[in-house]
Amino acid sequence: MIPEATFKIWRTHPGGGGTFQSFRTKVSEGMVVLDVVHRIQAEQAPDLAVRWNCKAGKCGSCSAEINGNPRLMCMTRLSELNLWEPVTVEPMRTFPPIKDLVTDVSWNFRVKKGIAKFAPRPADAPDGTWRMAQRDIDRVQEFRKCIECFLCQDVCHVLRDHAKHEEFIGPRVLTYAAALEMHPLDTADRIPAMKAQHGIGYCNITKCCTKVCPEHIRITDNAIIPLKERVVSRYYDPVTRLLRVFKS
Amino acid sequence: MPHDTYTYDVLIIGAGGAGLRAAIEAANGGASVGLICKSLLGKAHTVMAEGGMAAAMGHNDDRDNWRVHFADTMRGGQYVNNWRMAEIHAKEAPDRVRELEAWGAVLDRTTDGRINQRNFGGHRYPRLAHVGDRTGLELIRTLQDHTIYLGVTVHMEHTVVDLVLDDGRAAGALAYDRERGRFHAFAAKAVILATGGIGRAYKITSNSWEGTGDGHALAYRAGAELIDMEFVQFHPTGMVWPPSVQGLLVTEGVRGEGGILKNSEGRRFMFDDIPDNYKPQTASDPEEGWRYVTGDKSARRPPELLTRDHVARCITHEVKAGRGSPHGGVFLDIAWIREKMPNAEEHIKRKLPSMYHQFKQLADLDITREPMEIGPTTHYIMGGVRVDGDTQMSAVPGLFAAGECASGINGANRLGGNSLSDLIVFGKRAGEFAAAWAREHAAPRLNQAALDRLEQAALEPFERGAEGENPYMVQQDLQETMQALVGIVRTESEMREALERLDGYKARASRVGATGHREYHAGWHTALDLRNLLTVSEAIARSALERQESRGGHFREDFPEKRAELGTVNVMVKQDTGGAMQVSRIPIPPMPDGLKQVIEEQKS
Repeated sequence: MIPEATFKIWRTHPGGGGTFQSFRTKVSEGMVVLDVVHRIQAEQAPDLAVRWNCKAGKCGSCSAEINGNPRLMCMTRLSELNLWEPVTVEPMRTFPPIKDLVTDVSWNFRVKKGIAKFAPRPADAPDGTWRMAQRDIDRVQEFRKCIECFLCQDVCHVLRDHAKHEEFIGPRVLTYAAALEMHPLDTADRIPAMKAQHGIGYCNITKCCTKVCPEHIRITDNAIIPLKERVVSRYYDPVTRLLRVFKS
Repeated sequence: MPHDTYTYDVLIIGAGGAGLRAAIEAANGGASVGLICKSLLGKAHTVMAEGGMAAAMGHNDDRDNWRVHFADTMRGGQYVNNWRMAEIHAKEAPDRVRELEAWGAVLDRTTDGRINQRNFGGHRYPRLAHVGDRTGLELIRTLQDHTIYLGVTVHMEHTVVDLVLDDGRAAGALAYDRERGRFHAFAAKAVILATGGIGRAYKITSNSWEGTGDGHALAYRAGAELIDMEFVQFHPTGMVWPPSVQGLLVTEGVRGEGGILKNSEGRRFMFDDIPDNYKPQTASDPEEGWRYVTGDKSARRPPELLTRDHVARCITHEVKAGRGSPHGGVFLDIAWIREKMPNAEEHIKRKLPSMYHQFKQLADLDITREPMEIGPTTHYIMGGVRVDGDTQMSAVPGLFAAGECASGINGANRLGGNSLSDLIVFGKRAGEFAAAWAREHAAPRLNQAALDRLEQAALEPFERGAEGENPYMVQQDLQETMQALVGIVRTESEMREALERLDGYKARASRVGATGHREYHAGWHTALDLRNLLTVSEAIARSALERQESRGGHFREDFPEKRAELGTVNVMVKQDTGGAMQVSRIPIPPMPDGLKQVIEEQKS
């Protein structure tokens, strides 16, 4: 590995906007991008803003766009990057900037509250517990691996290019809803809200979210498409529609 | 200057497992609740817990019950635990785990559809409820997703500078938000500290940047007592290579699933040193150990699953004797189970998915084929705020503590899996009793002049600007000192040296500078962290000097044996009126006969 490399890191300006600032810094084997950012912070730019916690790919705090690719900084090894060229590190572009690499992701937390909460069926056993087979919870456990890094929200073109934040909850929150809908114990019905308020119809299954998920959750195939199918069979299935006409 | 003030019945500082569980209970108790966290919601260190939470539900072995769990916890803690907390914990953990399912947690199942439980070091029977190796994520997400519907106000990315008191009683806190760097006052009838650990006082640690001992130091400055600070847990298995991930945790679950420790000569050295009090429960050969991890109830556990303090010392011993791995650790091998099971690769990936990815991505190593290199890493502090075992209230009226920043349940050494269950058992109790306290007491007054003084002091680094010392350098020096001189193996002369150096760092910390704007300023934040790190480091070093014996996580080269007369005391530190740290020994209250009997009957 070359001993020194150049990193162009996005710096916001106090009055708004921002530019890349170049830093030349020492690198060594095994380092990840977050190590570089920390080294620059400690040695050259103590006010450089970056959000991070676990540095182990488990908390989902250090999301950024590295050479244009949405990644966790702590899980991007320098050995994967071409260090002969400057490496760019910039914040997620779908969210409002706070400072440098830090963005305002509070929208995700607000939207999540709009999903009807978990409502379990009555307990199966007199001691207040339930019985579930492992095979029945495998899929929900896949969704629950989500570390809320919001990289899927970052790349979703409905949010990124069309800014439909008021009408569409995005892949992360759809996955949260799917985990509840497919939970073997849950009794709530979120399908009407999926169609009416959460904008599931906006997703046109380009699978960008699935590609960037650091937890390898098959967001589109396993979460969003089954939810879409439930909406379709509830509202657009010709047989059900006919039955509904008769019932009314 | 005037501060905008938030007013709550109960203010909770920290939003990991303990803080969130406390918030739920306090809100259910009718209190208005404010929750402050240094990071975003759901990112606290709890998220990194891997193995599971210990609760004697007896699903996988019906011989398990609270008595066995209590005895295991006391034995692991070398009997200096707060026995009342160990008792409450063992009795209440099953209910706390079951209630998580009612809130949506999806834990791994047994074949008959109940919560599956796994083996872990120091636990006699399979006891850890888990989800693969991401149990902490499941716990924090379940609590987080339950809390957001309860009307709790969450102040994310806020850091508490200090607690404020009213006539000796907890009255609230001064905090600043990272986004703007502005100060906010919080008034509350009761305050709960749930700030986690101190790992960042050491160079090699599994802790995130948040583990700077804030709750320990805030409580200490407010007049509360800290006990057991000499007991720091060095987890035996942290990554040692590459350097940038040194210290990152490798779950004990690897050993629970059959992983073995080997030195450079290929010897399974853990069989060479089994403490007498664990001999009756430990496998006599590798074959028996393998039968144990595959569920044979007649087998005893392999020595890799002895308590963490012991395993960490054995590893250190191998490395010092020149039998270490290339990067200064030893080998942890799970790939060997290929000899034993046909579908080993798939089994490892299913049982230890995060570990598989962690090594694949960060070290280019396939754990289903090659052994890992591991070594001890600073993981957890058993010591913390001295609290009442039932209510979790400290010596400061209205100030509560729960989780890692509180002390008592773990004694000299914590068993793996007893932390997540500690968070939900005592988080719940802290929330319950804080809400009750708030109902019974009038709102305290916030002293504006005191708030102003705190704010001025916090802004001093900007006055010194570029002239001031670099806070990162002071932090690094402190971490290296603690690592080298107050680490796994300790002696008096080295600890005296550490205390001298800490004095020097204190002087340097008072000269650190920050430049630029206050918004999301990591350098300034580090400057403010130093005060807390210095306090907990000094508390650890002074307590470790005072305990002239070796017990649990505390090993003295100059006093390598346990001493009976020190088995009946806790070491306590407290700030005196002049601001100096006072160290004393306090007797452990005698254990009721009923509990003594439980311990005796479990000794065989």
